[in-house]
Order: sequence, then C-alpha cells, then structure tokens
Amino acid sequence: MHQTQAVERETEAAAPARRLGRAIVLTSGKGGVGKTTTTANLGTALASRGVKVVLVDADVGLRNLDILLGLESRVTHHLLDVLEERVSLDDALVPSKHGDTLYLLAAAQSREKDDVETEKMKALIETLRERFDYVLIDCPAGIELGFKNAVAGADEAIVVCTPEVSAVRDVDRVVGLLGNRFRPQLVINRLRPALVRKGKMLSVDDVNAILRLPLLGVIADEPDIIVTTNRGEPLALRRENPTGAAYHAIAARVAGEDVPAPMPPLSKPSFMERVSSFLGGKRA
Amino acid sequence: MIEFLKRLFGQSGSSATAKERLRLVLMTDHLELAPEMIEKLKADLVDVISRHVEVDRDRIEVNFERQDTALALLANIPIISVNRPNGNGSHANGSNGSAPVEAVAETAPVQPVVEGEAALEAPAPKKKAAAGATPPVRKRRRRKKNAAASAAAAPTPT
Amino acid sequence: MTPRKIVVTSGKGGVGKTTTTANLGATLAKRGKRVILIDADIGLRNLDLVLGLEKRIVFDLVEVAEGRCQLRQALIKDKRFDSLSILPAAQTREKDAITTEQFSEIVDLAAAQADYVLIDCPAGIEHGFRNAVAGASEAIVVTTPEVSAIRDADRVVGKIAQERKPIRLIVNRLRPEMVRSGDMLSVDDVCEVLSVELLGVVPDDEEVIDTTNRGEPIVLNDASRLKTIYDKIARRLEGEMVPFTSFDGTSLFGRLLDALKVG
Repeated sequence: MHQTQAVERETEAAAPARRLGRAIVLTSGKGGVGKTTTTANLGTALASRGVKVVLVDADVGLRNLDILLGLESRVTHHLLDVLEERVSLDDALVPSKHGDTLYLLAAAQSREKDDVETEKMKALIETLRERFDYVLIDCPAGIELGFKNAVAGADEAIVVCTPEVSAVRDVDRVVGLLGNRFRPQLVINRLRPALVRKGKMLSVDDVNAILRLPLLGVIADEPDIIVTTNRGEPLALRRENPTGAAYHAIAARVAGEDVPAPMPPLSKPSFMERVSSFLGGKRA
Repeated sequence: MIEFLKRLFGQSGSSATAKERLRLVLMTDHLELAPEMIEKLKADLVDVISRHVEVDRDRIEVNFERQDTALALLANIPIISVNRPNGNGSHANGSNGSAPVEAVAETAPVQPVVEGEAALEAPAPKKKAAAGATPPVRKRRRRKKNAAASAAAAPTPT
Repeated sequence: MTPRKIVVTSGKGGVGKTTTTANLGATLAKRGKRVILIDADIGLRNLDLVLGLEKRIVFDLVEVAEGRCQLRQALIKDKRFDSLSILPAAQTREKDAITTEQFSEIVDLAAAQADYVLIDCPAGIEHGFRNAVAGASEAIVVTTPEVSAIRDADRVVGKIAQERKPIRLIVNRLRPEMVRSGDMLSVDDVCEVLSVELLGVVPDDEEVIDTTNRGEPIVLNDASRLKTIYDKIARRLEGEMVPFTSFDGTSLFGRLLDALKVG
C-alpha cells in the first residue's frame, strides 16, 4: 500500500507546474542528540516512498552525514564548491547507495563556517527545492553562524531532543530563536524506556510539557544505531527493525499521512527488575 | 542462534568496518587540510622522476582519489625525453607508445585503482615510469595491493 | 604551582564535555585543589544545570568581560566542595559578544586565584571554540567510540596541535559489552586513530542521566564506579602514574567469551 502512495506522489511530483519542494532544517542547539542520524534516516525513509530527497550537510568543517550514509568515499565536491561556483550542482550531488531518489550534498571539511554566504545558501536551497520534493538540512550544533546559515533557506524545522535537561534547555532556546516561521516539530531521540520507568529519565510527556511542540515521533536508544553508524547504513533501510520502522512512521507523518507518532514500547518491567524493586522496597 | 554464534566469535562486529572507514576518511580529511603538503609531495615526486627522465613540469597533475577501500595517488607526468641511454626508454614506451599524451593521461591512471589487481596488470608504464607513492597507509592486510598508488607517465612519442 | 588552564573540548556535541568538566572539576576540588570552571558556551550554557547551580546565577561571563561586574561577583561557589566555583556563560547573548582577548584575560584572572581553570568549550569549531582554546594552555579532548565523534575529535586535535598546546584524550561512554561483541571501537582503536595520549576511559553509565537530572555530579556518589574513574583521571592530570582500569574481559561472561575464543 506504500507503493500506491508512492506512485501517487510521483505523479504529483511530475506534474508540469510543480510546486516547490519542502525545505526542512533539522536542528537542536545541543550537539550529539542525533540530528545527523535523524536526517540520514528520515531522508532514507522519505526516499523509499518514491519522492526525491536531497540531504544537505550544513556542518562545514565537521561533516558527518557522508559517514552515516556510507558515502564518504564518493564525495568529490561539496557545498562550498557549489556556492562558490567551482562545480555545478549536479557534479556535487552524490547519489545514495540505496534507492535512486536520495542524494547527498556534503559539507566542506577543510573550510570554516564563516566561508558560507547566507544569501548564496538561501539561493541554493531555493534551487534544490525546484528539483527535489524534500530538502533536509542537517544543521551544525550551536547557534552561531553555522546555525544561521543552515536555517536561512529552510521554511520548516524539525527539532531533535533527547530526554535530558541540558538538551531540553538548548532546544527551548533554539525554538525561541527560530520563532514562528518554521513551525517546528519535535523528534525525541534516545529514550530509554527502562530508565523512564525507574524515574531516572524524563518521559516524553515531561519533555513536551516544557517544549509544547507537535510530536513527530520518539526513537529509543538502541545499540543498533552505533552499529549502523559504524557500517554507514541507516537503520531506516531495515523496516523490520523497530527503530527503522519508527523512522518510516515519522517520514509518513512528515509527508502528511495520518499515522500515530511512533513510540517505543514502555514494556512491563522484566522479572529481574520486579525482583529487585521488590527487594529494594521501591516501586518501579 | 547463528547471529549469537557469530557474535560469540566476533564475526558480526561492525567495529572493524568502523575502524577501516575512519582510517580512510581521516586520511582524506588530512589531505584536504594540507594543500602545502601536496604541493611539496608533487615537487619531490618530480625531482625523483627527473633523475631518470625529463618531464614536462607545467603539465603535471597529481591527484588523490578515493575508492571504496583505498586511497590512491594518481600522478600524470608527461615525459619529454628519456635521459639514460641504457635505461628505460624502450620499455617505458611500451604498448602506449603512439597514444596521444592526453588520452593516456585520462585512461591509464584511473583503471588500475578500481581494483588492486588491475594495477598489477596494467601495461608497460607501471614498472618503469610509474611513480607510486603510498600515503600513510599502514600495516593493512590485503589492503597493501589496493593502496599501492598507481601512476602513469604518459610517454611522448619518440 | 603554576595554575593549569585546561580546555575541555570535542568538536562534536553531546559526547560529554560538560559532564566531564563538572566531574573532573569536582574531583580536583575534593582533592584539595582550588578549581574554577568556566562555561564558554555562550547562548547554550549547561554547566550550571549539570552542577545544579542554575538558580544562583547573578552575573555571567559576558558581564565580566564588559566590566559590568567583578570576576569574584560572578563566580558561584559550589558549597558541596571546599574550593569549587563556576563562572556561568551568558544565556541570551551570542558567542561573539566576547573577544578572544577578553576571554583570555578572564581565564588569566581566574587562574590567578586557582590551581585549575577548566574551560567547558562549546561544540563545533566556530568563534566559541576559538575563544575557549585561545584561553587555555592545554587541552582535554573528549570523544565517544563512534565514527562521527572520532572524526570531529581528529579535526579539533589538528586545530589545537597547530597552536602547540598539549592534548590528552578521554574516551567517554565506552560500552565494554559492545566492544567485546565487536560492535564498538575499542579504546586502542580510538587511540591508534587519533594518536593522542590517553588520559582516561569512562564507561557508559546510565546513572549519569539521573544525576544530571538532579544537578549532582556523579562523583558525589561514593558508590559510583565513575567516582573512582574520575579520581584516577584527576591523579593522572596531576602527574601521577595511574594504571588504566581494564574494561575488556573482566566480567564472568567476558572471560567466558575470551576463553571460548581462545579454545
């Protein structure tokens, strides 16, 4: 049934007076919460729906999206090569290994963030929107120039947050900086249900009681993610994996489908947990 | 169960892949960061080759190219004349003797790096005029062959 | 002794710079050193939160730089330790609100009244990073055993090495069981790739999330294994030769695995 939708969207996309694609920035303020992982997986999941997707790594100087997609050996040109008109956009776009509708525009590794001209970045995103259905922009950590350039061309935002006080505080700050224009939506990443159950981690409700953002979905903290990063194969390639499936559900929601936000099961406490909480006299 | 056994014997682990990918990506990162080093390498390379043959310094191209498993140094060094009477002249011309300089330049170097083996099979230029230099590729089993930089010197027809 | 000015940095965010700064600072203070922690992450400060001092902030780094208050007015004393205080970053300002010279001056001012000044560097390699590094005379690079974190650490190591400042490495969030199953890079792998002297290895511990929620550095918990680990790191920092805790094959299961592999 995904197939039919994909076909429909394809026709839509191919219509003569096609509208511009959506430019979505993935940001968080705090680093290491999973912006790049989310970009890679959401992009992979969206592309599997048959729409054209380009992932733009805006982290000039500290690029990593190429690594997560396993494309590091295929990058020959980068964002600044395009912005500074040394190569054409087509020369810099790296097709993904999986599926033919996903592309990467890598960041420059040996340059600085202030080498990017905001206006040119805006124009580039505009060009990409003419050619792709989705332009996902992977924003660098922080709120300095790199952040400003990454959000410049976007018209929507997905903020990625982990259930930790510092991450929530930083996201709150970033949402404040973004203002209303970007209609930010939230992905909560690295939730550990067992810790939430024990009351040692903020719950989804705790986080969103503070942030009050439309929730796209929740991703559990799984060792699988480290393995897929090691290999350069986004988890979204594996629909049978619960985390992979969660990214597909998020992609469906981004695409406007009415599916529930994925949520890792807050499964019942294990036997050992029950024994230890019984012995410890605490309620789990 | 098989998965478990694999894990037990450490075969399924992705950390080896991670290490290999890191090694390569950092090598390339460092190259991108060190253009002066590359210029110097170019100069040294030419100096060494010039001891044996006269090369066209203005048309030298030195590039690094990444493949999936190796980083290769590709040098395209057009030769003007061969210095040593008993040296490598006849050999270096080899089968490519009459090929136009540029054409050889485009095709010859690229092919060998795709597969390590191919580099070994590459025709004449390899042994004599080839200037191979391996960037910091360290102690890598079976990587050795792949990483061996290939270079082709395009001989001018004599 | 000459006061040490150490920047704690990583390139990549979220690898544990702030947690490391807080715990290492607290450990040094417990060992009787006078320690000042400076949060250089203007606009996204978190050191105050990790130490549970957020409610006590009156002045901040930028206000000191602009001469609107004295350094000692802006320093918040952490009463749980004898000699630990923090200089919070400004939250509503930008990183360029303070120049490299101003930042270095403040670090020197702090160093005049401390044995250790630890600078909690922002993520990235922009202005905030340059300030934090410029103010320090040595660096601790924190990384996790993940491809992207190591690549970023390598970039940062390169930048700091250009300034000829000594660098030491903390590998954070190691999961020994994943290393054993071959799904995580080992400490040796990381050190080999980065070729930086190792200062310490901190295993992944979910208690850190809990203690951060409460604003209590984990080294306050005497039962925590991380307390011992940070203690060793602090001693190495002070120049003592302390052997590294081995995280490989120490558990029964790990030894069983090893035995099976050999056999």
